Amino acid sequence: MIEAQDLTQEYLRKDIPDFRAGDTVKVNVKVVEGDRQRIQRFEGVVLSRKGTGINSTFTVRKISSGIGVERIFPLHSPSIESIDVIRKGKVRRAKIYYLRKLRGKAARIKERR
Amino acid sequence: MPGLIGKKVGMTRIFDSNGHDIPVTVIQAGPCVVVQVKTKNKDGYESVQLGFGDKKESRTNKPMAGHFKKGNVSPKQYLVEFPLKRGRKPKIGTSYTVSLFKEGDRVSVGGVSKGKGFAGVVKRHGFKGGPKTHGQSNRLRAPGSIGQSSDPSRVWRGMKMPGHMGNIKVSLKNLEVVKIDESNNCLFIKGAIPGARNGIVTLLK
Repeated sequence: MIEAQDLTQEYLRKDIPDFRAGDTVKVNVKVVEGDRQRIQRFEGVVLSRKGTGINSTFTVRKISSGIGVERIFPLHSPSIESIDVIRKGKVRRAKIYYLRKLRGKAARIKERR
Repeated sequence: MPGLIGKKVGMTRIFDSNGHDIPVTVIQAGPCVVVQVKTKNKDGYESVQLGFGDKKESRTNKPMAGHFKKGNVSPKQYLVEFPLKRGRKPKIGTSYTVSLFKEGDRVSVGGVSKGKGFAGVVKRHGFKGGPKTHGQSNRLRAPGSIGQSSDPSRVWRGMKMPGHMGNIKVSLKNLEVVKIDESNNCLFIKGAIPGARNGIVTLLK
């Protein structure tokens, strides 16, 4: 029996760093404008990692001029140039959606060492 | 050869060189063997019968065993007839694989859609249904009026009503072949195709 997902091995990226929910990451995204390409950064806290294999995605949340912004990236997308893990956070859950309701001091995450 | 028989493996996604995410359906197609060639003189029309998937000899009934023996091919699980272009005459026993197709080809795919049973008009015909609030009861998924008054005193033929939905042959045309995996005999076709996983589909060039 063949599974459809097993046939996508060649699309999986091997340069993805180890990170999980609670970590602060910087995602460098390739953005094409006309015929020019540039790198856009998106820095924030990882809320969740979802899915398996090529279907896996991760959600990054940041506060941009007072407004919470979340972006969901396909983990294996070639349009992600690189992912830098800036800070490892200590959280007790795999999905930290509760962070959406918290502001300021309450939204701090302890560092994991 | 005009087409192949395949089995739907399932859906997944792949990325193209621009980083675009393409939803694909994987079809395990072929190798298909020519079991019979029908000719104008003998059968009144021209077509080719392809066989897909091996079957035990002991599971094959006598008339079918004779049919396979005629072409000297091993018994096949599925047989599908494809129309032949005039003048083309494939040899019985030759086998065709996914190499028949190229990346970027447009194909039409036929399969048997998933059965939905006896379905109402909202699901079957996309009716809007009735209002949910303002004192309504039992109108939410109702079809509404199905006709006029004493003239014509009957319901027009072809009126959209509840009934059996799905489990019929559905064909989709002009689907793009995104990728071919020859080692696994698999085709990656952009978008969804009819039927459930492990369903038998026909691919036409």
